[in-house]
Amino acid sequence: MQTNVIINGTQRRLELDPRTTLLDALRHHLGLSGSKKGCDHGQCGACTVMVNGRRINACLTLACMHDGDEVTTIEGIGQPGNLSALQEAFVSEDGFQCGYCTPGQICSATAMLEEIRNEWPSHVTDDLVGGAELTNEEISERMSGNLCRCSAYPNIVEAIRKAAGKGA
Amino acid sequence: MRPFDYIRADSAEAATRQVADGGIFIAGGTNLLDLMKLEVMAPEALIDINRLELNQIEETEDGGLRIGALVTNSDLANDTRVRRDWPVLSRALLAGASAQLRNKATTGGNLLQRTRCLYFYDRAMACNKREPGSGCAAREGFNRILAVLGTSEHCIATHPSDMAVAMRALGAKVETLKEDGETRQLTLDELYLLPGDRPDRETVLEVGELITGVVLPARVDGRQTYRKVRDRASYAFALVSVAGIVAMEDGRIARADLAFGGLAPKPWRDAQVEALLVGETPSEALFNKAADQLLAQARGFGDNDFKLLLARRTLVSVLTELTETRT
Ligand SMILES: Cc1cc2nc3c(=O)[nH]c(=O)nc-3n(C[C@H](O)[C@H](O)[C@H](O)COP(=O)(O)OP(=O)(O)OC[C@H]3O[C@@H](n4cnc5c(N)ncnc54)[C@H](O)[C@@H]3O)c2cc1C
Ligand code: SF4
Repeated sequence: MQTNVIINGTQRRLELDPRTTLLDALRHHLGLSGSKKGCDHGQCGACTVMVNGRRINACLTLACMHDGDEVTTIEGIGQPGNLSALQEAFVSEDGFQCGYCTPGQICSATAMLEEIRNEWPSHVTDDLVGGAELTNEEISERMSGNLCRCSAYPNIVEAIRKAAGKGA
Repeated sequence: MRPFDYIRADSAEAATRQVADGGIFIAGGTNLLDLMKLEVMAPEALIDINRLELNQIEETEDGGLRIGALVTNSDLANDTRVRRDWPVLSRALLAGASAQLRNKATTGGNLLQRTRCLYFYDRAMACNKREPGSGCAAREGFNRILAVLGTSEHCIATHPSDMAVAMRALGAKVETLKEDGETRQLTLDELYLLPGDRPDRETVLEVGELITGVVLPARVDGRQTYRKVRDRASYAFALVSVAGIVAMEDGRIARADLAFGGLAPKPWRDAQVEALLVGETPSEALFNKAADQLLAQARGFGDNDFKLLLARRTLVSVLTELTETRT
């Protein structure tokens, strides 16, 4: 069936079996292999992309359900020579080892910083009504949907703090 | 995944008919697609309800809130009114799943998510819920995460939702639309069935019956909290959880609305526990009596025996927190 999606700012027309997940559509039909398939069951976060500005797991949604939506993948966040502040910080702070979870981490963190700016509380925020500080505890909680099998967590947290300081 | 027809519903009425004709509703898809990938569920048609106008949170005339079935778990948790006046609901939502999942998961889908019993997910194993009459592998198997209350000889699964536990404590009502056009309101107690000899039947909803929203009653005085105990600090289902709304008057407990997750096939509430607390002066002995009442009928199945003590300690701790005088 036919689905029209705006991927990284470009309108794309897809002709897909309805079973195709958004993740498979990106990787196999659009050649955007930055988003990764880890568990394929919403448990690891490697497939995190942004849809209409919100981070989601691309593996647990069907491409055909996103007709008209705007999808941002790691390829749309930055490219070599024009990296986002978060991408640069992941490099400078060594926020990865094997790198497989990194695109998902960066997409997730990009949306997470926006959530903080919008004063969304988290499970560890004391006061639900006020905003939240970007403490290590807040970053860990808010990023818990992205697993890192190499356990590069301390440097991932550092990278996010560094980028946030620069107003990423 | 087995092949299916994909149909985008353009009205609630049409959606109920399309499901009655052999389809299944899909909202966020975060539970349904997971189960379809494993072929634990294999519907012939997916009726996509995401374009229906059910994504608003509106104030009701008597000071409550009407939450559309398609409001995402993120939008509900972050609504400023919910954060201020129904904080137990925000807390329960924020304790569930991950930020990514909460952005997709909806109010209706969260209520109707299926159990996380490992054997339900494993098609090689006997499971009365997945395949009625096949037996229950969990009773003699790894049942650490499963229920200690409300179980039957045929199924000991828990309902995994955090949100529903808070809604049960708040006395929320689910609103539905049936295929014949009739609407009804159900309390969460009425919505969910205990397994009995038909664990495959989880709710009283009829074929094609659509959840259109959830109504919260007006805010009440008192402190609210949601305590979730789990194997890791984030991104894990509850082993035991307690949603509590407690009000004090002249040193005595004036209100104690308590609901429990991780213990039973539905969000659990026990009027006798609450009756035993109201009018009394808080003390550890009293809280333990409440726990005795809560667990009077409870039984473990081996791996999950620890839940009896964990539930007791969590309840005592929550009641202590909610009744202590703040300085
Ligand atoms: C890794 C992981 C961790 C998780 N951790 C937690 C957790 O800690 N706590 C927690 O509470 N949950 C947790 N969840 C579950 C998550 O909350 C649910 O998957 C989600 O709430 C389901 O909502 P949905 O809109 O995606 O439902 P869907 O998957 O779209 O639907 C679920 C079911 O509800 C039915 N349905 C949906 N909407 C309606 C409606 N309006 N009327 C009638 N029927 C309807 C569908 O037909 C389907 O049977 C987790 C999920 C994953 C994958
Ligand atoms: S506890 Fe219920 S869901 Fe789990 S195997 Fe037994 S019948 Fe199936």
